[in-house]
Amino acid sequence: MVGQALFILTAGITLLMALGVVLARNLFHAALFLVGAFFGIAVLFILLEAEFLGAAQIIIYIGAIATLIVFAIMLSRHVMGKEAGAYNRNWYFALAGVVFFFLLLGWLLIKMPFNLVTAEVPADAIAQIGQGFVGHYVVPFEVASVLLLVALIGAIMLARER
Amino acid sequence: MTVPLSWYLIFATALFSIGFFGVLARRNAIAVLMGVELMLNAVNVNLVAFWRYLTPTDLSGQIFVVFVFAVAAAEAAVGLALMISIYRTRKSINVDELNELKL
Repeated sequence: MVGQALFILTAGITLLMALGVVLARNLFHAALFLVGAFFGIAVLFILLEAEFLGAAQIIIYIGAIATLIVFAIMLSRHVMGKEAGAYNRNWYFALAGVVFFFLLLGWLLIKMPFNLVTAEVPADAIAQIGQGFVGHYVVPFEVASVLLLVALIGAIMLARER
Repeated sequence: MTVPLSWYLIFATALFSIGFFGVLARRNAIAVLMGVELMLNAVNVNLVAFWRYLTPTDLSGQIFVVFVFAVAAAEAAVGLALMISIYRTRKSINVDELNELKL
């Protein structure tokens, strides 16, 4: 019962924050709403007993990505105030398509039967994640490292003054 | 587990739809990127929920979420660098004004 109430509260706040991200005219306000949404999702991860991911969510999304977005907004500041229309001309098509997508996918997900398992999370879950990275998933892990390096060099090359 | 799996799935679908609307309808490229981040987060919620309810003893679901984190970080870094570069030459990052590639 407590879990359900906590879920409804967190999910509701997160969805409101996400709506704020999409609807706020001021980009800086949208970025602050985005931080709120990220935090709500971190709380949901902890409710799902994935504590490591909750901490990683706060460090990576709030600590790095949200900060990067705020920096980009500051650097392109002149477009912030005089954003005449926040939406493009075809926004009602987008709204109709998104509502249709939500209803279709929600209906499919409710209809779909899943084989639920009621096992406990292993106590050494974080150790198992670490062993997965250097064991079974070592190749994707190295590819992700190379991807991050390429993104780092690419971002420097793109944003450099010429 | 008092919360049904379908609640998480519906929540993630709603979050994905909100982010999708942001991607399709916003004019500012940074706002579009924020919509993409919301969509990636919705996928992460789905991955963790499926891990917890279907295969809680196999940690592959959580490992996938970490890979999504890495890809999202790379995407944000390159995307924002592109926008700063475009802003420097065009003085605008409204996606409906960037039409050089259109015939």
